[in-house]
Amino acid sequence: MRVVVVGAGPAGMAAARTAADAGAEVTMVDSEPEAGGQYLRGRAGFQHSGVTHLGNTEAWLVEDHTLHLRGPRRLAFDKLVIATGAYDRPLPFPGWDGPGVITAGAAQALAKQGVTLAGRVIVAGTGPFLLPVATALQDLGATLVGVYEASSPARWLREAKAVAANRHKVGELARYRKVLPRLETRTAVIAKRGPDVTVAKLDGGWHPVSHRTVQADLVCIGHGFLPRTDLVPQARRTNDFLEVDEHQRTSVEDVYAAGEVTGIGGADLAEAEGVVAGAAAAGLTPPGKALEAVRRGRLFAAALARAHEVQPGWRTWLDQDTTVCRCEKVRLADLTDATSMRELKLSSRVALGRCQGRICARNAAELTGVPFDGQRRVIAVPIPLGELADLPEEKS
Amino acid sequence: MHPDVVVMGAGIIGAACAQALKARGLDVLVVDRHGPASGTSSAGEGNVLVSDKEPGPELDLARRSRELWPELAGDAEWEEKGGLVVATTPEAAGPLRAFAARQRAAGVDACEITPEEALAHEPHLNPAVTAAVHYLEDAQLNPVKATRYLLRGIEVKRTEVSTTDGRSVTTADGVISCGAVVNATGPWARNFGVNVLPRRGVVLVTTPIPGRIRHKVYDADYVGAVASGDADLQTSGVVESTQAGTVLIGSSRQRKGFDDTIETEVLTALARRAIAMFPMLADVPVMRAYGGFRPYAPDHLPIIGEDPRTPGLWHATGHEGAGVGLAPATGRLLAQLLTGEEPLVDPRPFRVDRPEVMV
Repeated sequence: MRVVVVGAGPAGMAAARTAADAGAEVTMVDSEPEAGGQYLRGRAGFQHSGVTHLGNTEAWLVEDHTLHLRGPRRLAFDKLVIATGAYDRPLPFPGWDGPGVITAGAAQALAKQGVTLAGRVIVAGTGPFLLPVATALQDLGATLVGVYEASSPARWLREAKAVAANRHKVGELARYRKVLPRLETRTAVIAKRGPDVTVAKLDGGWHPVSHRTVQADLVCIGHGFLPRTDLVPQARRTNDFLEVDEHQRTSVEDVYAAGEVTGIGGADLAEAEGVVAGAAAAGLTPPGKALEAVRRGRLFAAALARAHEVQPGWRTWLDQDTTVCRCEKVRLADLTDATSMRELKLSSRVALGRCQGRICARNAAELTGVPFDGQRRVIAVPIPLGELADLPEEKS
Repeated sequence: MHPDVVVMGAGIIGAACAQALKARGLDVLVVDRHGPASGTSSAGEGNVLVSDKEPGPELDLARRSRELWPELAGDAEWEEKGGLVVATTPEAAGPLRAFAARQRAAGVDACEITPEEALAHEPHLNPAVTAAVHYLEDAQLNPVKATRYLLRGIEVKRTEVSTTDGRSVTTADGVISCGAVVNATGPWARNFGVNVLPRRGVVLVTTPIPGRIRHKVYDADYVGAVASGDADLQTSGVVESTQAGTVLIGSSRQRKGFDDTIETEVLTALARRAIAMFPMLADVPVMRAYGGFRPYAPDHLPIIGEDPRTPGLWHATGHEGAGVGLAPATGRLLAQLLTGEEPLVDPRPFRVDRPEVMV
């Protein structure tokens, strides 16, 4: 049984280990040199008998039972586990595309590499992920101006069941106690011009009700996450995230998914899903303990998604000149009254640039009311024509 | 709601028909399950070509369309970039010259140039070119913008039609009665009684390299692939840039129903052919691939006219890969036939009651 795992974060590593322990021949592919994913950033020290780890390797297409890698190279599999994670969703506001604004994920990645980021820093957006980012930046000596959470904490009061089942998650908040005094809820950065940052108090729908100006050198934003699902464009998804059954099977035959690509719930849920996916892919019944951890974790993930759901009022933060698509320099005023994503893209050029809409497509859809058709890119990463021309002919 | 005409399909052909009918004072409603240009029209390169057509009825329609487009294109990035057809082997040179000579006799501006002149036009072209023809009339536009421009002032209702009797259409949202119905559903036209089948095509899009490729450049074997009815995969090199600086690479032809799976076999063949024409493309990254379905009739001619079996039902489909290029004349011809005007071209080659077309 050949199991190929794409992604070497907590979910991918767990899937690879579990499948190997079950006797499968496992290859784990990841674009970073070292395993660990965004969570452990190369500090996982991954090594496991029966797992071949291919670092620095990008996968760009799944074709039947073959995974195509840059190189070019191909890997045949019997079962595939997608554990490619998610990336930050930034919401646009005037100035978000200018200097001094980066995603919270990028800030955390730099912080994990020990890069010291400039003086006065704001972390803004929604979700508990803002807290570790703020903590990491403060630990590196940044002056934390504020941590601005757009949602209302009251939304969590409806989620008693999920919280009760995941008390350890609440305990984790203690790790971030140093930054909690800087936390303001129902608050957002809605403009940045040079060092002047407009900070607004929001109503429940994220419409600004009042604002003030503060000074900051760097604003780190993250308004939730978008899953990296490019390798399985045909898979069924809910709100972008891959749909999986109780054994982490996607709607595509012999393809499993684990971790943030199925929903945002933290590293422990990702790891549990990886164990379930790895066992199932290798043909075993997944361990009950992991199944139970997934069940509980999903309760929490669903609560998290509800409590930190992006509210439509963000659309009022932009003015007509605000950039929506950075690659193609498309402003709000350039978006057309289209009825489909394809029509919107080809009539305004939004989402047609280098990032292929990874950053802006969802935002553009919400700004125009066009139904979002998910991220269906058939080539997951750019690949030189010369490499395409050299693809081996034989099917393995 | 009781429009004079319901046009089924908001692609470039449906939009051109609607525009031409509206221009004749008719009240037109367009219906489409996904909205403007959401199918074949947005899956191509937006080509308006005369270069790839043998003398005959389709070339006549193409030439009339080419005259009409500049006025109808509005803000759709109309560009008279010209086409450059090249032979890349000694054997292909003779047939290309003969083809161009036949086109010239039919009135096409097909200017034979030397390989050196071809390289002056396209400095990155493979110097191994053996013959070249420059077609000044070949043009390009943004097909989505063009569709939207043609549809301005015309109501587009987003709904799916299940059946029509030529006097009404039954949609998911109820029955709409009308004076006539136009079937402009492209590769899905078979649902309404004409033998049109999908022929798959894939286009690769590179990251922007502005200014490096100036014309639509294609290999002379493209013409043979267009005219073929073979079910197997056929590819030929077609390379051009867009106003955004990206390079579009085609073309592939495959008959496999509505299967839209991307196959590396196709990507590889397209990449090889593009590099054979422009060696510098080997280092340029492809950032996406997209595909669509050309609507083709078995005899490779568009179907434009009233269905003799269902009075009131008109067809405008079967344009294969040339729908953008043929749209304005198709719309005008259909509107002229429907209103009893003198037609701009002989409509008989496109009639519905061809034996291959009636199903």
